[in-house]
Amino acid sequence: MVTMRPDYLLSQLDVLEAESIHVMREVASEFERPVLLFSGGKDSIVMLALAERAFAPAHIPFPVMHIDTGHNFPEVINFRDRRVAEAGARLIVASVQESIDSGRVAEETGRWASRNRLQITTLLDAITGHRFDAVFGGARRDEEKARAKERVFSFRDEFGQWDPKNQRPELWNLYNTRINREEHLRVFPISNWTELDIWDYIARENLEIPSIYFAHTRQVFERDGILLSDGPFMNRGDDEPIFEASVRYRTVGDMTCTGAVASTASTVAEVITEVAATRVTERGQTRADDRASEAAMEDRKREGYF
Amino acid sequence: MDILRFATAGSVDDGKSTLIGRLLFDSKSIFEDQLASVERTSRDRGENYTNLALLTDGLRAEREQGITIDVAYRYFATPKRKFIIADTPGHIQYTRNMVTGASTADLAIVLVDARNGLTEQSRRHAFLATLLRVPHLVLAVNKMDLVDYKADAFERIVDEFSAFATKLEIGDLTFIPISALHGDNVVDRSPNMPWHDGTSLLHHLERVHIASDRNLIDVRFPVQYVIRPHQATDKALHDYRGYAGQVAGGVLKQGDEVMHLPSGLTTTVERIDTAAGPVDEAYPPMSVTLVLADDLDISRGDMICRPHNQPSASQDIEAMVCWMSDGRALTKGSRLVVKHTTRTVKAVVRDLQYRLDVNTLHRDENAERLGLNDIGRISLRTTLPIFHDPYGRNRQTGGLILIDEVTNATVGAGMITESH
Ligand SMILES: Nc1nc2c(ncn2[C@@H]2O[C@H](COP(=O)(O)OP(=O)(O)O)[C@@H](O)[C@H]2O)c(=O)[nH]1
Repeated sequence: MVTMRPDYLLSQLDVLEAESIHVMREVASEFERPVLLFSGGKDSIVMLALAERAFAPAHIPFPVMHIDTGHNFPEVINFRDRRVAEAGARLIVASVQESIDSGRVAEETGRWASRNRLQITTLLDAITGHRFDAVFGGARRDEEKARAKERVFSFRDEFGQWDPKNQRPELWNLYNTRINREEHLRVFPISNWTELDIWDYIARENLEIPSIYFAHTRQVFERDGILLSDGPFMNRGDDEPIFEASVRYRTVGDMTCTGAVASTASTVAEVITEVAATRVTERGQTRADDRASEAAMEDRKREGYF
Repeated sequence: MDILRFATAGSVDDGKSTLIGRLLFDSKSIFEDQLASVERTSRDRGENYTNLALLTDGLRAEREQGITIDVAYRYFATPKRKFIIADTPGHIQYTRNMVTGASTADLAIVLVDARNGLTEQSRRHAFLATLLRVPHLVLAVNKMDLVDYKADAFERIVDEFSAFATKLEIGDLTFIPISALHGDNVVDRSPNMPWHDGTSLLHHLERVHIASDRNLIDVRFPVQYVIRPHQATDKALHDYRGYAGQVAGGVLKQGDEVMHLPSGLTTTVERIDTAAGPVDEAYPPMSVTLVLADDLDISRGDMICRPHNQPSASQDIEAMVCWMSDGRALTKGSRLVVKHTTRTVKAVVRDLQYRLDVNTLHRDENAERLGLNDIGRISLRTTLPIFHDPYGRNRQTGGLILIDEVTNATVGAGMITESH
């Protein structure tokens, strides 16, 4: 006899974790060549931790891939190498510099030059080259309007394109994983997590994160209301004076378009307090790439962006 | 803190986007830059107020056409709960979106315009919510400000809906009069409607009891993935063989005697591993890994249950289906792929018993096809048995999706009724 107890309750993190693990196992079961995208950012850190937990005590049954813009925070690259090795996974690095050198893409010029958009070609070339059929991404639906409508298993045609008006209905936890050759699926196991859930999970599981997520002193300058780190690829103008500030990052990406926020938070708990009180979205505050137009993300996603 | 998933449905202009915008805004889930962008767009459009509905307009096509065209998911939290909203548009042609959003919902809010009373579409939305067995239904009577917050407008709709509801199997039904635009009864009880003795909508969402909506009686564990570390060096791991999956029903305990299907062999649960280490018990929706006492031949698509409480195992399946393809119709003889729990099989439609008119609930037994957004009852014959329960008893082991073998599109959703 089952005795009914009122406490067969799960917290929101337990439910989200169970759902994400289910998605990862589904992919490992139904695809030949999955890959997990890993940037060293907090969302991919949670993804890697979930993958370890989904397949323990075995190793993660797929490789991990970083799309390297060459404009990285060095702390993040060190962290990436160490963490992926620790997880016993194979690391693939696909380099935007190589895409430029081989003439697949041309470097943007001017003050707003960024390699953010160039990543699309590098990513799609890597998917084709390695014949990946399922690509795990760490996108969350709370991040941005276009993401709010994307499926957990999101179909991409042979050109890597997303068609928002022609998506597969997704019911219960039953995911349609069928594709033809050359097509692939982008899979987003943490679709239903919010930024705060990510931080709560990092705290609960005591996950290590790169130092740039904590407050540190840095030489920065302001561009269009965003605090950017000074560096060789920044094309900083004379009207953009450098100053020193105590900052932390809310996302890590290409240095040229990832902004810092003023902060004094030096522990995960302090970061959570700041995040909970923040009145500006993560992307709006710190990503110059999403400011270009109201539909910036949707346009990039259609072409094959993360 | 737990999670409540809810779906919202309403006809165009009933105020669904405004309501969602209001819930997000009043629960302080709207960030300054989002609000600034909405204010800018409202101004550009020549609107003289900040149109909160714009907060939920996702894609460019929708912004251009000013309509919501697909299911979108929104998130907000209060100190009591985290909420996931499946925002499903209410156009006639989008039954498919409502069905999709309702499939995972704990609760559905059907919006009605107080001036118009119940419409065909409100009935359709309520019916779809019950077809998908959404355990809790809220009928939110909106735009009460436009009927001077009068009780009789509300009560007329309550009476009319209550009469209709007797034809449906509704678990739990709540009526709330609101004004999404002005915020009456959305977060706080409204002083404009002292005659209403119920709670506000958000209060209801925070308190509604959902823990017992799961089936905690019939143990169902569809095997999803077999974990074998194959590490010869580590003795402990060398022989590890774990069956990973998400618990679909019941409470599994360490030491329980369990049965494997299709073999019918029994064994004991030696260990239950989770992300957080071994646990004594597993229940829905936990993702766990079972280590069993005996070496059985178990693979993905198999089912683990209790010896005296088994699901039906059959190749003949009766189901209510919602057809979701605009390219192809369902007819007798249609060949399809069925995905049910972790098992994928081929199937043929043996019979289409009837097509249901979702407005009148009339059954058309002469129907020969189901087109986009049609709902009907069918018999399927699958190439292998599937281990299932009636959908009304377990949404996880009673639901299935239908896939087109050629285009790979998801063309239908099925709720299993009973089998022979
Ligand atoms: N007076 C009044 N107008 C409302 C209310 N809720 C929504 N509206 C208006 O009704 C129109 C349609 O609302 P919208 O939220 O876009 O409807 P949707 O199509 O269901 O998403 C808009 O002009 C809203 O401002 C309400 O409670 N009172």
